[in-house]
Amino acid sequence: MRARFAVSLTVAAGALMGMSAEAKTLRWASPTDITTLDPYAHTESFTTSMLHHVFDPLVRRSRTLELEPALAVSWKNVKPDTWRFELRRNVKFHNGNPFTADDVVASITRILDPGARARGNLATVVKAEKVDDFTVDIVTNGPYPLLLNDLAGIYILDKEWMEANGALKPGNIATGVTTAASTTAIGTGPFKVESYKPDAGTTFVVNPDWWDKPQHNLTRIEFKPVKSDATRVAALLSGELDLIAPAPLQDLQRISSSQGFKVIEEPSLRLIMLSLNFRPELKAMPGQKNPLLDLKVRQAMWHAIDLETIKKRVMRDKSRNTGTLVAPPVPGYAKENDAPLAYDQAKAKQLLTEAGYPNGFKTKLNCPNDRYINDEQTCVAIASMWAKVGIQAELQTESRATYFPRQDRGEFDVSMVGWATLPPMDGFSVLSSLLTEQKDGYGGSNAGTYSNPKVEELTRKAAVELDETKRRAMLVETLKVARDNVAYIPLHQQPLAWAVRDGVDVPQFPDEYVRLWFANIK
Amino acid sequence: MLKVLLSRLGQAALVMLVVSAVSFVMFRYVGDPVATMSRENASVEEKAELRRSLGLDQPLVVQYGRFLGRTLRGDLGISYRNQRPVTELIAERLPATLELVIVATILSLALGIPLGVLCALKPNGIAARLVQALSLIGISTPTFVTGIVLILVFAVSLGWLPSFGRGQVVDLGWWSTGFLTISGLKSLLLPGITLALYQLTLIMRLVRAEMIDVLSSDYIRFAKARGLPTRYIHFRLALRNALMPVITVTGLQIGSLIAFAIVTETVFQWPGMGLLFIQAVSFVDIPVMAAYLLFVGLLFVLINTVVDILYAVVDPRLRARSA
Repeated sequence: MRARFAVSLTVAAGALMGMSAEAKTLRWASPTDITTLDPYAHTESFTTSMLHHVFDPLVRRSRTLELEPALAVSWKNVKPDTWRFELRRNVKFHNGNPFTADDVVASITRILDPGARARGNLATVVKAEKVDDFTVDIVTNGPYPLLLNDLAGIYILDKEWMEANGALKPGNIATGVTTAASTTAIGTGPFKVESYKPDAGTTFVVNPDWWDKPQHNLTRIEFKPVKSDATRVAALLSGELDLIAPAPLQDLQRISSSQGFKVIEEPSLRLIMLSLNFRPELKAMPGQKNPLLDLKVRQAMWHAIDLETIKKRVMRDKSRNTGTLVAPPVPGYAKENDAPLAYDQAKAKQLLTEAGYPNGFKTKLNCPNDRYINDEQTCVAIASMWAKVGIQAELQTESRATYFPRQDRGEFDVSMVGWATLPPMDGFSVLSSLLTEQKDGYGGSNAGTYSNPKVEELTRKAAVELDETKRRAMLVETLKVARDNVAYIPLHQQPLAWAVRDGVDVPQFPDEYVRLWFANIK
Repeated sequence: MLKVLLSRLGQAALVMLVVSAVSFVMFRYVGDPVATMSRENASVEEKAELRRSLGLDQPLVVQYGRFLGRTLRGDLGISYRNQRPVTELIAERLPATLELVIVATILSLALGIPLGVLCALKPNGIAARLVQALSLIGISTPTFVTGIVLILVFAVSLGWLPSFGRGQVVDLGWWSTGFLTISGLKSLLLPGITLALYQLTLIMRLVRAEMIDVLSSDYIRFAKARGLPTRYIHFRLALRNALMPVITVTGLQIGSLIAFAIVTETVFQWPGMGLLFIQAVSFVDIPVMAAYLLFVGLLFVLINTVVDILYAVVDPRLRARSA
């Protein structure tokens, strides 16, 4: 009792101090840190989301995740492969330099450098050309409908600053080049970096000269990375933090029952699914025909998974079961594709018998144990559910560091995949990475070598379709083919849970980005 | 004397070579940095290109040779994760770890020695038995449990101390110190205690055993027979002699404290070298991992070499032999 009193007293004191002073500081923690301040030197979504506080892209995501003008005020296709952007005037960088077309051209050129880690985020762009001081042309290698989606993740840097500090080229580990940009961030965004200390914390202060009207009331953000789940929760409850993102699932109950704190939740874009091996043989059954090549077997595997139980027991009722490969907010989603095959053991056994495996078969099941929410427990549950219909899954779990390289090398039979369609936030990424054969830059994560002529054809058509309605219809159609074919077995949509102290109003987004330029605190 | 010194240094260099080779072979099993470095949508070609540009497509022997060559030139490479020179990263984290280790060592000596003496002088007293029992708990509780319990009690329930981080630090040149601010000192307490706990029980038990040993030796008995004051016998004669091995062990243990600090630093988000290493492992940041292992190896080799040489200096028999 006394302990609880002490906690609420600290919180009350903190809240009072916040109210009396003009300054509104938001203190928050996440398990990952900002790896670098150079936006082109990494491909990590957390770092991208943090740097968005400092930099602006040409187009950005609105509060409802629609694409909206940012540093560009308008755009049009002057040719199928050329986009003309008109830039915002009277924008200043944090160092006082004016923003012009030169900055856009220098920034785009910088990310197109082969040494830029994030080069792939703008893979189709060939060059950027200045038309006049506030007009820029961006040229792609053919018609490309997702250019705006890509540009929403490309931040604009100050050309003069880069020149003065030798940072015109991005840092590159292969050639041993490091630049001033990895520890200094000069952008046009709503906040400025005050200090950046990896593992210890990063402090942002509000940029009073931001070109946009602020929707937040913060004057300062103190970000601390706290890797340990228990410590992060403790720091929130002891009043040292205002927000933790994410909040560990196992502690949600405890946080929401503590006075003065609450949990905020939203389904994330990340879908968890099982990738299947479509090679002639399974690793678990060398020398025999791969049973997974039979559609009935794949359907049986799906029917045998009790998704409701996984949701209730493993995911603590926080996940959303799904039957398709993209989340509802993502283009390509269709409600009619979303129902999973019903849990039905008898049906599964019957399908296995029809396929010629009345006694089941042997397969390997590989899962990471530190990448997705409760990934290992989910796989343990699936292995035991399959055992009931005779499918003997030999389960192996390991750290992401060794798991993903092995998955890339095609060493698995059945393995877990999580896909959030980020950064473009478009169903096309499922088609181009998960469903297509590995060639011409396609199929980068198609570890099971799934292949279907209809999917190949539709993907290549959708890739160059500039008519958005037609393009979306193609995505829906392709994802229906994949579902009817059981190219992957979808499981659930991961939950996204944060925890805040009372008086903190932070919107959540399914892409798991923390966008504090929408945050208000009391 | 010179011969001893040279042979010790030769051995030290050999050990370092083995450490570097073993750690390099180990990296084969911690995974592939390409998977963590490339974006989720990356194509197969993109990943192959990255692997090639990092030199990871070369045979292990070639990679090791290059690594060794660079290291000998003093170039530890650039972190895959932060894209900053590894030497810079380590220099940035070293003060945090060393300050933590200093606090832990002081705590363990300041508490361990008196408690050990107490247990030796009154081995059957209630206090001594209680301390003995508690020390068993201290020696057998995993560090992360101790850390979390301390956080729950002192940060969440009582709200006296911060639960993570270093608090306010002051930069003295390249050295950032937490000793000069109130919040810095408060932040040092919980991780310091957590890290010191194992050390403390070790020292306490060592002092107790040594004291009991010394107290039953002849010269103490003669001193008692001469009628010298008890206080003088216990603290001037007995304790001083009992402390010799304690000093050796404390010195040697500083190396392992730095290595043990990994867990403590993770629990308390202490921005030191242990945390740097843990994060490097989960990202497969090979240059940072290699540098850290080399550094810890070097530390152990240095401490042991210095201790060996000191022994040669102190011990007349060793001196005579090499003269």
